[in-house]
Amino acid sequence: MRYLPHTRSEVQQMLETIGVAAVEDLFTGVPQSCRLDRPLAVAPAQSEGELLAGLRRLAEGNASVTQWDSFLGGGAYNHYVPAVVDHLISRSEFYTAYTPYQPEISQGTLQAIYEFQTLICQLTDMDMANASMYDGASACAEGVLLCLRAAKKRRRVLLSRALHPHYRQTTATYCRYLDAQLEEIVDTDGATDAAQLRARLTEDVAAVVVGYPNYFGRIEDLAEIAAAAHEVGARLVVAVSEPLALALFKSPGELGADVVVGEGQSFGLPLSFGGPGIGFFAVRRQDMRLLPGRLVGETVDLEGERGYVLTLATREQHIRREKATSNICSNQGMCAVMVAIYLALHGKQGLRRLAQINYARAAYAREQISRLQGFELPFAGAVFNEFVVTCSEPVAALSKRLEQQKILAGVPLQEDYPELENGLLVCVTEQNSKDQIDRLVTALAGGQA
Amino acid sequence: MMNQARGLVLDELLLFERSRPGRIGYSLPEAEVPEVLPDAELLREEIDGFPELSEVDVIRHYTRLSTWNYGVDTGFYPLGSCTMKYNPKINEVAARLEGFAAVHPRTPEPLVQGALELMYLLERDLAEVSGFPAVCLQPAAGAQGEFAGMLMIRAWHQARGSRRHKVIIPDTAHGTNPATAALCGYEVVPVATDGLLSLEAVAAVMDEDVAALMITNPNTLGLFEGQIREICELVHQRGGLVYCDGANLNALMGISRPGDVGIDVMHFNLHKTFSTPHGGGGPGAGPVGVGERLLPFMPTPVVVKKDDSFALDTDRPQSIGRVKGFYGHFGILVRAFAYIRSMGGEGLKRATELAVLNANYVRARLEGSYHLPHQQRSLHEVIFSEAGLANGCRTLDVAKRLIDYGYHPPTIYFPLVVQGALMIEPTETESKQALDDFCDALLAIAEEARETPEKLRDAPVRPRRRRLDEVQAARSPKLRWLPDQDAAEE
Repeated sequence: MRYLPHTRSEVQQMLETIGVAAVEDLFTGVPQSCRLDRPLAVAPAQSEGELLAGLRRLAEGNASVTQWDSFLGGGAYNHYVPAVVDHLISRSEFYTAYTPYQPEISQGTLQAIYEFQTLICQLTDMDMANASMYDGASACAEGVLLCLRAAKKRRRVLLSRALHPHYRQTTATYCRYLDAQLEEIVDTDGATDAAQLRARLTEDVAAVVVGYPNYFGRIEDLAEIAAAAHEVGARLVVAVSEPLALALFKSPGELGADVVVGEGQSFGLPLSFGGPGIGFFAVRRQDMRLLPGRLVGETVDLEGERGYVLTLATREQHIRREKATSNICSNQGMCAVMVAIYLALHGKQGLRRLAQINYARAAYAREQISRLQGFELPFAGAVFNEFVVTCSEPVAALSKRLEQQKILAGVPLQEDYPELENGLLVCVTEQNSKDQIDRLVTALAGGQA
Repeated sequence: MMNQARGLVLDELLLFERSRPGRIGYSLPEAEVPEVLPDAELLREEIDGFPELSEVDVIRHYTRLSTWNYGVDTGFYPLGSCTMKYNPKINEVAARLEGFAAVHPRTPEPLVQGALELMYLLERDLAEVSGFPAVCLQPAAGAQGEFAGMLMIRAWHQARGSRRHKVIIPDTAHGTNPATAALCGYEVVPVATDGLLSLEAVAAVMDEDVAALMITNPNTLGLFEGQIREICELVHQRGGLVYCDGANLNALMGISRPGDVGIDVMHFNLHKTFSTPHGGGGPGAGPVGVGERLLPFMPTPVVVKKDDSFALDTDRPQSIGRVKGFYGHFGILVRAFAYIRSMGGEGLKRATELAVLNANYVRARLEGSYHLPHQQRSLHEVIFSEAGLANGCRTLDVAKRLIDYGYHPPTIYFPLVVQGALMIEPTETESKQALDDFCDALLAIAEEARETPEKLRDAPVRPRRRRLDEVQAARSPKLRWLPDQDAAEE
């Protein structure tokens, strides 16, 4: 086996040094009653060529967004990833290292994460960000836990129904056995209903959680929601599943968010059937010591040279054990570096321009579809690059019809929102050319593109 | 003997300091449609301090940063409990195949049969290695797998109307164990061990308030918990369940299966046992093996096979729900699957045997020069203490001096039950020659501690940075770059 370097004579020499006759003698600590008495029934080893052929066969069994016209979004976005990103993260000094426990020989990872933290602060307009979380959904759940920790006597959490369903479900799982009461706030015109929110907000609410853009692609009125939450002393958690929107729209920090969490997949990560993504997590200075997860800070070495270390570890599980702010003990290190590379390449101008293209193309598609007979836009308010369409035709039949033309029309909404029985969430990015959009519109109308 | 290391190490500013107004590193398509913008009151201003760089700037920046890192591909990385084995390159190729990397998670099921089949096959392989009837691939990392497992245990109790509120955790456990128990609303009952957990120690605290025992096997001292079967029986008899931390599964493949000895649920670390890269801290993947009792409580969705096709099943009324978005770290699952198929059943067992051989060889070579607090036969890792180091030198000094010899240090000061622990896990992918060089370095350091202890205290002297001031970092935290800070310093 090519990953196992031992020659037979080396094994023999090693056994002699140890003072045992055979490798089996090293396992005397495992009682016979605990032994597996047969070989593992795992397929025999394959050569690299055979393995790759088999994997290709499996890969070909999937419809990729490079072969199909995809208008799927809903928490995972088809953006172009510049060649530089994969080239740089293929440097194995990055991807074969572990958590930077030994800072003297991990300065590459540490500085890259420090830069990532800074970029997230800049995008969200928040004071500090951690080294990343597993994904947007779990970051959202951890955001709620932070608010519950911060306000010990407040036990209610108000979640907008227009927040991504996976974020709501994951938050519910995380809070399942904690003393917390999760409630949903209805949506009107595809956005959080401000009147119901105000009516439900009392002094026992720890957190209000809304999406920005929300699951329907809508730009929520964060300023109003923040004001309402702050009136009763609750924190506002803003969850961002499409962070490219932050290059164009006012930032959650500017509009009054207390905690900003989200998913960074849009910034340079492949779709990869939904993972790995990367969660980001940003707070105000006052909540610094309540942050979950890893944090990188600047310091100096013995000779006064600038350097970076993991810091504020007393929040974490390996020191505090059951009193830790979270059980998380890793971050999405590699993904954080990918995000940082992507943001560095696009920079101040590129990211804004990219967001404008997404906005304009989505607006064009929305406009074209709204003119079709049998299609309606149920929500009128501002969106970024996603919007809801309702059709007179059952969504399942429509999707099947478009699949014949290798078009993935959108994410069906009925399962999570029964009232949107024939609702479809359509996403348009820079990867969807005007031609693609026109083909979609023609196909929706029943024509052959 | 000291690794030859010489060369050029280049300094590099922060991205933000390298930035120049007007520089660009991107290429974007034309809009192709009418240019429209949202209402002005919704628009944000330009992002202050956001970087502006060319493609060459970015390439140089990250290439230079990478040279300040030490990875498994650089050299020996014996970080105990982390199983830093070689990360095969074909796995990277596999995860990047277009039919995996460019697939949207909401693509209709009939159009992602290949992805679902891979997940199904991986679940079957992990089930076979671990002895559990089912495996859930969703958790993002070991700690999240642990969380999912403990939630299932709590849901099982709840379904039976049991209000048990305590969890037993041995003092050798990873910090995640108590943190996870707390996250599930449980109180922690610590139990002391003398290297191994005894049936009597568990019996003494296993009462009708205890919902579960959390155990690591082999434990963090590298010792197989010899009474595991009896301990599981006792916990079950008294109405509890047993969680196993699977961090050390690399010691057991083809030898012993946790599901067979009575464990109810266990997480895997695909980034340890199954060779996926650690990525400088992640992403990993933490699937959970699930025993019969807990099957109804598994996180959803679950990949199921119906006739000849695969589907995602969400109709599980007793499920604990989802712990993250979508279905798991699919890109990592592809890598782990490629590893298992490269190794085969026999190869996995051989990996375990050689991992144990390597750890015992390091132990044999260093025993006598470093203090071994536990004499029992250890498996995949060996733990020394700082007792007996000359001239008051400490474990930290030994670790930092190892850097000067060209090695990544072992895990230090863990487990907490060993004074100044030095926890060495070589893994099976290191050759005898690599181990000999490493042991020679540690023996030389023990000698230096006697003769020239200042060499340890001053270490490291060879990397780009000397010891960093962690106290200052924590006392006045500086967690981001700010545009005005440089202006103020100038």
